Amino acid sequence: MESLTLSDVEQKYYSELFLSCDVDNTKKVASNGKVLDLFRAAQLSNEVVHQITELCGATRLGHFGRSQFYIALKLIALAQSGLPLRVESLNSVRDLPLPRFVMGKNEQETRHAVMFADTENQGPYFPRPPGRVQAKKVSAHEMIQPCVPTVDPQPDTTSPVVSPHQSPPTSPHAWRKHKRQASGGNVDRQPSVPGVVWPPFREAQPGPVTGDGMWSAHSPPPVQESWVSFTDTPPSSTLPMHPPSAQVITTVRTVPSAMTTNEIQRQISGYDDPWKITDEQRQYYINQFKTIQADLTGLIPGSAAKEFFTKSKLPILELSHIWELSDFDKDGALTLDEFCAAFHLVVARKNGYDLPEKLPESLMPKLIDLDDSAVPEPATEVDFSASPVEVTPNKSPSMPSLNQNWSELNQSNEQWETFSERSSSSQTLTQFDSNIAPADPDTAIVHPVPIRMTPSKIHMQEMELKRTGSDHTHPTSPLMANPPELSDETKLAATIKFPGTTVGDGYSSSDSFTSDQEPISSAVNRQRSHSGTSPEGLKVVAPPPPPPRPHASHSRSSSLDMNRNFAAVPAGPQQPGVVAFPPAVPPRPLPTQTSVPHGHRSVEGDGLPAHTSTSPHQMPEQPNFADFSQFQAFAVDQPADDGENTSDKTTGTMKTAKNDIQSEERNATTVNSAKVSTPLAPPPKPVRRRLKSEDELRPDVEDLPQKSNVIATVLATQPSIPRSIGKDKKAIQASIRRNKETNTVLARLNNVIECDHRISLEVQLEQLRPFSHL
Amino acid sequence: MAVCIAVIAKENCPLYIRSVPTQGELKFHYTVHTSLDVVEEKISGVGKALADQRELYLGLLYPTEDYKVYGYVTNSKVKFVIVVDSSNTSLRDNEIRSMFRKLHNSFTDVMCNPFYNPGDPIQSKAFDSIVSTMMVQAC
Repeated sequence: MESLTLSDVEQKYYSELFLSCDVDNTKKVASNGKVLDLFRAAQLSNEVVHQITELCGATRLGHFGRSQFYIALKLIALAQSGLPLRVESLNSVRDLPLPRFVMGKNEQETRHAVMFADTENQGPYFPRPPGRVQAKKVSAHEMIQPCVPTVDPQPDTTSPVVSPHQSPPTSPHAWRKHKRQASGGNVDRQPSVPGVVWPPFREAQPGPVTGDGMWSAHSPPPVQESWVSFTDTPPSSTLPMHPPSAQVITTVRTVPSAMTTNEIQRQISGYDDPWKITDEQRQYYINQFKTIQADLTGLIPGSAAKEFFTKSKLPILELSHIWELSDFDKDGALTLDEFCAAFHLVVARKNGYDLPEKLPESLMPKLIDLDDSAVPEPATEVDFSASPVEVTPNKSPSMPSLNQNWSELNQSNEQWETFSERSSSSQTLTQFDSNIAPADPDTAIVHPVPIRMTPSKIHMQEMELKRTGSDHTHPTSPLMANPPELSDETKLAATIKFPGTTVGDGYSSSDSFTSDQEPISSAVNRQRSHSGTSPEGLKVVAPPPPPPRPHASHSRSSSLDMNRNFAAVPAGPQQPGVVAFPPAVPPRPLPTQTSVPHGHRSVEGDGLPAHTSTSPHQMPEQPNFADFSQFQAFAVDQPADDGENTSDKTTGTMKTAKNDIQSEERNATTVNSAKVSTPLAPPPKPVRRRLKSEDELRPDVEDLPQKSNVIATVLATQPSIPRSIGKDKKAIQASIRRNKETNTVLARLNNVIECDHRISLEVQLEQLRPFSHL
Repeated sequence: MAVCIAVIAKENCPLYIRSVPTQGELKFHYTVHTSLDVVEEKISGVGKALADQRELYLGLLYPTEDYKVYGYVTNSKVKFVIVVDSSNTSLRDNEIRSMFRKLHNSFTDVMCNPFYNPGDPIQSKAFDSIVSTMMVQAC
C-alpha cells in the first residue's frame, strides 16, 4: 500500500473512526462488520464499497488494519465527492472533504427521553447508561460529519474538544455534585490532558459510562466528569443535546465514540455559532425557568437568579460576569431569554469554555423563539435618542443583530450626549428670555420664556406698514439708520416681540436696554437692544407693541417695575432711547419720517406714529421734556439732530396744538378709553402725571430740542386720534400703544425727577448735618 | 483621557482604583485620598440644600502643576475621582462631565448585578472596559 498522507483533520477523524470500529480494542484492526456498516452508512453503493475495500487492501489482508481503514475512508471521501476511485488520487487530491456517514434516528429519540429524565430517578441509572452509551456510540459512528475538531493528534486519546453545544439540561441538583467537577471543568484543555486522564478514566469507568451523568444528578463522578468537563473525559460525548439519530449498534466503545460524538455534535450544528442553544436545551432552560418563575413572560429577580446560579458552584466572579453578559436590558432581572442565555453560559463555563467578552449573537434575547409574542418588553425602537440605561433591546425577531445595535447604541448614546451638550450651548435654537428673573428668588430654576411673535402683533405691524405706506419691504425695520447691519437683527427683533404678559418683561427689556452698550449674549437681547437703542441718530427704536390683550395689571405693574428699574438706571443724558415698556410705538421706518417732510397734518396720521416712536426714544433723555412752555422757542429752533424733517411737522403741530394739547390728550385718552377700556385705564394716570410733571419741570426748563420734538410729536399724535377713531380700530390700538409708550416715558422721567428731588434733599441734609451735633 | 480613575464608596473605602502604570501608582493613590477631603468639603458645604439640589458633578477639586483632579459624587455618596494630566489642556469641562456620566452608568450596571455585593471591589469586566476607554493609553 502506498503511503497515505493525511491532513491533521483527516488524521484525527480517521483515528476516531478507527477507534470506533475497533470494537475489540486492539487498536490495530477494525472489525469487518463495523467497518462495513460504516461504509454502508457512507451512502455509497455496495459496489463502491467493495471497490474501496479492495483498493485499500483489506480484501488482501482480510481485515482492516489502520492503514487500510484510513485508505478506505479516504476513498470513501473521494467517492462521495464524485471523484473516481484511484489509489493515486489518495494523495493527490487536495482539500478533500471528510467522508460523511449517515445515521438513523432511533438514537435521537432515546437521547431525548433520557435528557429529560427525572433527575431523581437513581434506580435505573446504571442500566441506562450502558444502553445509552451504546446508542451514542452508534450515533458517533453514524453521524460523523466533517468537522474540525481540536482533536488530540494521538489516535488513542480523545479529543479535548469541548463542544459548546454540550450544555446538557441537567438540573441544578446536578451542580451540587459538580463541585468536584468544577476543578475539572477548568482544567486546561491541552491535548495532553486527555491523554493523561484517559487511562485512569477508562479504568474508573465501570463500563459504558458516559455523560449520562448529565441527565441524572446523582451520577457518579466519572459520569459527571464527562458532562462537566469534556476535556478530561471523552465520554463526555454525552451530547444528548444533539442526538444524531443512530441505528442501534450493539458493540460500542465508550471512549472513542464519545470523542467522536463530541465532534459530531459540534458538527451537527453545521459550523455555525457555537453558542447556539438547541431546542432541547432551550426546553430544559424553560422548564428551569418555570421552577423559579411560573410565568414565562415574567422576570426572575436578581436575588432568585443569584441563588439559582450559585448552585452551579461557579466562582462568584464568573457568575457576575455571566450576569453582566446576560442581563441585556440591565434591569437587574432576567427574562426568559436572558435566563436561557445565562444558563447556557453557565453550562458552557462548567464545560470549560471561556466566557465571551460580549454576549454572543445567538444568545441575544431576540432569539427567543418560543415566547416571542409573550416577551414583555415592548419592542422599543433602537433609535439614538434613548439613553443607555433606558434602551431595551428590541426583542422582535426581525431586528438585526442586537449586539451590533447595542454597541451602536452605546456609541450613539455618547454621540447623543455630546450632541445634547453641544446643542445646549447653541443660542439659535429658541429665543429665550434669559434675563427673566425667577418669580421666587429661592428657586434655582429660571423658567425660560420663549419670545414669540403673536399673530396679532404681526398683523398690527402689517397694518401699520400699510398705513404708513412704507416702501420698506420687511415689516419692522425701525433702524433705518443702520439698515445693513441691523436689518437682520431688527427683523428678528420684530419677529421676537416682548412677551406681553410677563412681569419679567420689564426686567429683560430694561436690562437689555440699559446694557445696550455691553455685548449681550442672547441673540434676542442683542436684537432687542439694537432695535431698542440705536441711540445715535435714530428716532424710531421702540419695541413693537404688545397684542391688544387686557393686561391692565401688567401695564400697571410694569410701570411700577419700570419705576424700580429706572430708579436704578442712571439718569444720564444718554438714556437708552427705547422705553422697554411694552406699550411702545411700533417701530416705524425712518424714511417715512424723513421721506415725508410734508408738514401738513394730513400726513400726520402717518408720520405721527413715527414721531411718537421717537418720543420714547428721546423723552427719557431729557428729564424736562414735558416743558411745553419751551415749545415755541424750540419750535423756532431747528432741532439739531435727527428728526429734522419731523421738526417741521412737530413745530407746526406744536403751535397749533399747544393749547389744545392737554385737552386733546385728555380727549384722546378718554376717547381711547372709551374704545378700549382696560388698556387705557393706566394711560390717563400717566397723562395726568405728565401734566403734573410738566408743571414741576417748567421751572427747570432746559434746552431740549429733541425733547420738545418728542413731546410735540406725542401731543400731535393725540389730535390725530379722534380722526383715526372713525377709521380703523387698528389705528386706535396703535395710538393706545403710543400713549402707553408715552406713559412709560413719563414714568421714567418722573423717577428721574424724583431722583433729582432726592438729590436736592440730600444736599440739604448735608448742609444740615453740621447742626446735628448740637 | 484620564491618568487615574477611582471609585470610592460611601464610607470612603476604595471600590475601584486604576491608574496608568507609568508613574508610580502610589502617587495617584495618595492624590485620590487627599482629594476626598475636598470632596467632603464640597458636599458638606451645601448643607441647607437637599441632595437633589446639589449637583453631582463637583468640578475641579484640586489642581497641581502636574495634574488636575475632578470629582463627582452620586446621591448615595459614592464618589468618582478622575485625575487628568495638566498637560492635556484640550480636555474641556464637558468632556469630563461625559466621562463621569459614563462612569456612573457603568457603575449602575455593576450595582444591578445581583452577584455584586455593595462594598466589594468592583471586578466587572464591563466596568473595566469602560474605564479603559477613558484612560490614557499607556504605551
